[in-house]
Amino acid sequence: MDNLCANLLEEAVGISKGGRVVVVEDCVQMSGAFVLHHFLKRSLYPDTSDAVIFIAFAHPFSHYERILRKMGCNLTVHRKNHRFVFLDMLTLECPDRNGKETRQDGLLALYGEIEKAVEIYSSLEGSRIITIMIDDISLIEVAANGSSNHVLDFLHYCYTLKAKYGCSFVTLNHEDIYSSANTLPLILQLEYLADVIIKAEPLATGLASDVHGQLSVLNKGSVCDLGGSSSKVRNFHFRVKENIVDYFYPGTQT
Amino acid sequence: MAETICRALRDGAFEGEHAPALTIKDTIDTPLGSFVFNHILTQLTSNILAGKSQARGVVLVALSRPPSFYAELLKNKGFDVSSSSKWLRVLDCYSDPLGWKNKLMERGTVRNPYEETLLKTSLCKNLKELDKVLSSIIELGKEIVEEGKGRFAVAIDSVSEILRHSSLPSIARILSHLHSHDQVSCIFCLLHVDLHEAKVAATLEYLSTMHADVEPIVQRTNGQRNTSEDLPMVEQSFKRGKFHVRFKRRNGRVRAMREELYVEGSGIKITEVSSEDGITAQSLVPKVQFNLDLSEKERLDRAKVVLPFEHQGTGKPIQIYDGRKSLNESENEEKQASVEKPQTTEDSGRGEIIYFRDSDDEMPDSDEDPDDDLDI
Repeated sequence: MDNLCANLLEEAVGISKGGRVVVVEDCVQMSGAFVLHHFLKRSLYPDTSDAVIFIAFAHPFSHYERILRKMGCNLTVHRKNHRFVFLDMLTLECPDRNGKETRQDGLLALYGEIEKAVEIYSSLEGSRIITIMIDDISLIEVAANGSSNHVLDFLHYCYTLKAKYGCSFVTLNHEDIYSSANTLPLILQLEYLADVIIKAEPLATGLASDVHGQLSVLNKGSVCDLGGSSSKVRNFHFRVKENIVDYFYPGTQT
Repeated sequence: MAETICRALRDGAFEGEHAPALTIKDTIDTPLGSFVFNHILTQLTSNILAGKSQARGVVLVALSRPPSFYAELLKNKGFDVSSSSKWLRVLDCYSDPLGWKNKLMERGTVRNPYEETLLKTSLCKNLKELDKVLSSIIELGKEIVEEGKGRFAVAIDSVSEILRHSSLPSIARILSHLHSHDQVSCIFCLLHVDLHEAKVAATLEYLSTMHADVEPIVQRTNGQRNTSEDLPMVEQSFKRGKFHVRFKRRNGRVRAMREELYVEGSGIKITEVSSEDGITAQSLVPKVQFNLDLSEKERLDRAKVVLPFEHQGTGKPIQIYDGRKSLNESENEEKQASVEKPQTTEDSGRGEIIYFRDSDDEMPDSDEDPDDDLDI
C-alpha cells in the first residue's frame, strides 16, 4: 500500500535524473510541507548515495528530524554519513542600515556555503545527485527585507549550479501571500524557471474527514533534455496520516 | 509566418535602414517563447552556414539559459559545435551576472565555479553596467566578421532578465543603439510579458519591426491563475498555442498573421490555422444528454412557422382578438375558407398554427376563477 500510494506523486513528478527544479506552492489553508518531507526522504533512500543540502528558514533541525524519523529516515545518521547538510538560517538577517551591500552580502555568504558544499560532495567518489531544498522562499524575502529582486538573484545563482553539477532543486513557497498584488513577479518568475510545479490546495468542495486536500502537479517535461513534449498535468487527493501520506485519485477512496 | 520572419532576419538590414528586430513575447499561460527563440536561432544558424544570410555570424547573449544548453541544442540540430567559433560567440550573462562567483573565488570559498563548454564564450560579470555589455556585444561581433566588412546578428535570450537589473530607458537605449549600428544585421529577443508592466512590452514593440506573440489557444475568461478545474486546458497550453505575428512595413502598414504552434519532440512546428480550432472550442462545451443545437432540417422547419398574428397588418385591417367574431366577419371568413382550402393543401410545407374555438359560449380570457361558483 505504501509503495502504491507514494507512486501517484512519484509518477506525476516523473523519474528524477537530476538537474530539475521542483516548485511546491501551498496556501494558508493547506500546508505543502509534507511534499517537501517526501522529497527529502526520497533523496535519502538507502539504496542511493544522493545527498541533500537543506536550507531551513522556517524550522530548526529537531523539527525535521522528528518528522523524518516517524517516516523511517534518520537525519542525524545521514548527517554523520555526509549525506545531509543542514544550513540553519533561522537567524539570518540582512539588516539594511548600511544600504544595499549588507543585504546582498548575507545571501552571497549563504550561496558561498551552498556552492562549497556542492563542490565538496561532487568531488567525492561515485555519481550522486545533489538536491538543494529551501524551506521556504517567502522567508528569504523576509530576511532580505522584502526585496524580491535579491531573492531572485540568489535563486539564479543557485540554479547556475544545475548546469555545472546537475543539482536538483526543491523549493517551497506560499502562493496566497502574493495574491493581493496585481502582478506576481516573484512567483511567476519561479514558475518560468521550474520544471515541475506542485500546488497544494484545500478541497474545492469544502472540508471532508477522509480527504485533506488536493495536489495538482504540472510537469513541464524537461526542456533541458530537449524533449519538451512530455508535459502533463495530474490532479489527485491526499490524506496526511501520522507517518505516511496517502495519495489517491478523486472518488477512489471508499 | 515563421518562414517570413526567418526570411526577414536572413535578409537583414537594407542600405540606409535600421536592422530588422523581432520581439518574441509569451506569458506563463503558454510559456513556449523559448521554443520559438530556439527555432529561430537554429533557422538563422543554418542560413548563415549555407551562406544565404546577410549576417556572417551570431552573437548570443545568454541570460536565462547556460551556454552549455545552447551547445547541446545546436549539437542536437546537427550543427558542428566544435567549429562554431567561426560563426557563433556567446556572451555569458548567465553564469555570473553579479560577480558573486568571482568574489567567492577571490575569498577562497570555492575553487573553480565556472562551467566549461565547447562554445566560445565571454563572461559578463556585471550585468548592471549595460554600457559594458553593449561594447562587449559589438566586440564579439567584430571578432566574427573581419573588421570593416560584413554584419552579424544579435540574439538576446531573455530581456526580462536584464530588466531585473536595469531600468527600461537604459535597455531601450542599448537596443536602439544595436538597431542603428552599421554592422548589426538583425536582432531578436525574448520577453516574458507578464513579469513586467504594460509599458515595457509597448516600448519594445516600438523598437522592433516584427513581434511574435505566443498566446493560449483558449483565452481564460476570468483572468485568474490556474485552478484545478481547467487542468486539461493547462496541459493543452503547454503543448500548443496561437502564434500571432505582426510585421511593421516601412510605409507604416502593419501586416498581421495568425498561425498555430505545436511542441513536437525537441522543437516546434508552426502550421496554418486549421479548423481544429473550432473543434477544440466545441469539445470544451460540456457533454450533455440533450441537444443544445438544431440540425439543419430542424432549423429550416422552424424558419417556416408563421407565428400567430404575424400576418396581421399586411394589407388587412388590424384586428384585435377579443374572443368572438362579429357576424359579417364570420360570413366573410366562411366564404374565404372555402376558396382558400385547396391552396393550403398545395403548400403544406408552410407551417401554420390552427386553432378551433369550441363554441361562442366560451368566455373571453379573464382573471376570474371559472370554478368560483362551485360549492365544494
